Amino acid sequence: MAKTVLAVHDLKTQFFTREGVVKAVDGVSFELDAGETLGIVGESGSGKSVTALSIMRLVPRPGRIVNGYVKLKDQDLTKLTEAEMQEVRGESIAMIFQDPMTSLNPVFRVGWQVAEPLVVHAEKKRPSALRDGVAMLKKVGIPNPDQRAKDFPHQFSGGMRQRAMIAMGLTTMPSVLIADEPTTALDVTIQAQILELLRDVNREFGTATILITHNLGVVAGMCQRVLVMYAGRIVESGPTEDVFAHPQHPYTWSLLKSIPRLDADRHEPLRPISGIPPDLLDVPPGCAFHPRCTFRVDRCSRDVPQLQRVGETQLAACWVTQAGTNLNA
Amino acid sequence: MPEATRERELKRAWTASEPLLSVRSLVKYFPVSSGVTQRTIAHVHAVDGVDLDIKAGETLGLVGESGCGKSTLGRTVIRLLDPTEGTITFKGEDITRIRGESLRRLRREMTIIFQDPYASLDPRQTVGDIVGEPLDIHHLARGRARAERIAELLRIVGLNPRYADRYPHEFSGGQRQRIGIARALAVEPTFIVCDEPISALDVSIQAQIINLLEKLQAQFNLTYLFIAHDLSVVKHISNRIAVMYLGKVMETAPGSVLYRRPRHPYTGSLVSAIPIPDPRIEARRERVILQGDVASPVYPPSGCRFRTRCPRAREHCAEEVPPLESFGPDHRAACFYPLD
Repeated sequence: MAKTVLAVHDLKTQFFTREGVVKAVDGVSFELDAGETLGIVGESGSGKSVTALSIMRLVPRPGRIVNGYVKLKDQDLTKLTEAEMQEVRGESIAMIFQDPMTSLNPVFRVGWQVAEPLVVHAEKKRPSALRDGVAMLKKVGIPNPDQRAKDFPHQFSGGMRQRAMIAMGLTTMPSVLIADEPTTALDVTIQAQILELLRDVNREFGTATILITHNLGVVAGMCQRVLVMYAGRIVESGPTEDVFAHPQHPYTWSLLKSIPRLDADRHEPLRPISGIPPDLLDVPPGCAFHPRCTFRVDRCSRDVPQLQRVGETQLAACWVTQAGTNLNA
Repeated sequence: MPEATRERELKRAWTASEPLLSVRSLVKYFPVSSGVTQRTIAHVHAVDGVDLDIKAGETLGLVGESGCGKSTLGRTVIRLLDPTEGTITFKGEDITRIRGESLRRLRREMTIIFQDPYASLDPRQTVGDIVGEPLDIHHLARGRARAERIAELLRIVGLNPRYADRYPHEFSGGQRQRIGIARALAVEPTFIVCDEPISALDVSIQAQIINLLEKLQAQFNLTYLFIAHDLSVVKHISNRIAVMYLGKVMETAPGSVLYRRPRHPYTGSLVSAIPIPDPRIEARRERVILQGDVASPVYPPSGCRFRTRCPRAREHCAEEVPPLESFGPDHRAACFYPLD
């Protein structure tokens, strides 16, 4: 058994708005093993990003973690003070975001921003931290790192900024890296570069990675395991190969059928999912996916299904597959 | 309305074997200005010598990365932007420089669907007025006929006709895109530029809009120029695909040919960069990772524009611009050292 580095248990994060309580994350549990890359897929509003922000304790107001724990090794992050949490961020867990321009400080040179965590967390002297920063910029594939370290973020292209962000996250050799849609803002050939870099990082440093994305193709190429989220809950999880080969939740099943594939031989009409993702202020009763589900039974609109083992390796929160129906027959 | 009938007759009469839209040596530059006097110091070479033919009833996909000029090309061929050089021929008529009444007539033949359904709909107009505006501008219907036509258009795109009194903010992204499509259809066009029509939508909604566009194409015999950065989507919806890089077309071919046997190294790397949602296929795919970034469209490289990132580039590539050459039926590529 691989060692668990991060354990999330029954996490609930809610936003207390004037219109009502938004249950952005509604009872999420999972474990991240050392060295693995775990994918979290879902559409906007599925709770995948808020899950990541909750782990980092960066949930913006009026949001709050109201239940559950996040254990990094033996420490419960939800119980730490802000000062203690700052130690953890950047030292043990690093997070990279979709838009590197908003995460890099425009008035500091890139080299310094990459080196700063070493000064703050590893208590290195400035010159030696800067040397390490330049070395890290080189590792993430920035050409002329000595020169480019003196540039400001606006002098970098989108792909270069994302590389700099990854360098910044990696300088302190964290045990967990959370990448939230790291390639969504990038062109495909640059996306391929960044994904290759994340693969290298994972291979070289053994950093356990959580990759959050809406792109099923990215998950297929990057992740050993995957969690599928819908309306704040995990609806399916398992080894990526099994989940893609025989999905056990109708949402995963229909999502895979609805996207065009580059390797499709014939022109088959896509099978769209009807309806729209739910309004989190007004989530349908029972299974949140039931109004859009082609497999639904009576029970689906009444009782909320829990994640349970379906098949050899997968978990699914679905009354239909838990009762033994095979979606893939 | 006799005039409308005549126009419809004309549309139906168009069965010529020559292309519906033909573009030759099309160039579109944008000035880059600087200083207090805003003097023009350089030009962005957004579209730089493009030849394209689109047949009636087909979908030509246009792919490329941001800044390659695909949206500028789409807007220039329907004369939303004025071309710098070159010619555009639509139904045999040179439309490159037409203005006034001729241009107004053209607007009834060629329309566009935009990417962002949040930015492209006026928040202060009702859905009915958004869809009805083209009817007013072109004097196509008034009073009761107008209301009936709006209801019909909403039904065609799968919306409830009662939504005509509501405002855009009351709708989801997918529904807004349907409103944009209804507006484009109001003038009964023959040719529609679809400019990234699904990129801003949630994954589960994208297929709904793709299927709708395909249904409408069959129903109204539409011709599409479908612009997107996602090659999987473009391959699904298009008969042929043109791949653009820094203002030039690098390769054109049917989608399956492009996927199985790309000849231009840029197409090859683009195909290999698109993730396929199948872990078993991903595990054994060969990846061509391009080095570096796209060069500046203000100072594009000499010769082949892709040479600065091309794994196969040689000296010759810097000296001469490779022409588009035939590699089989409907398959052309602009490369001196093509892939096998």
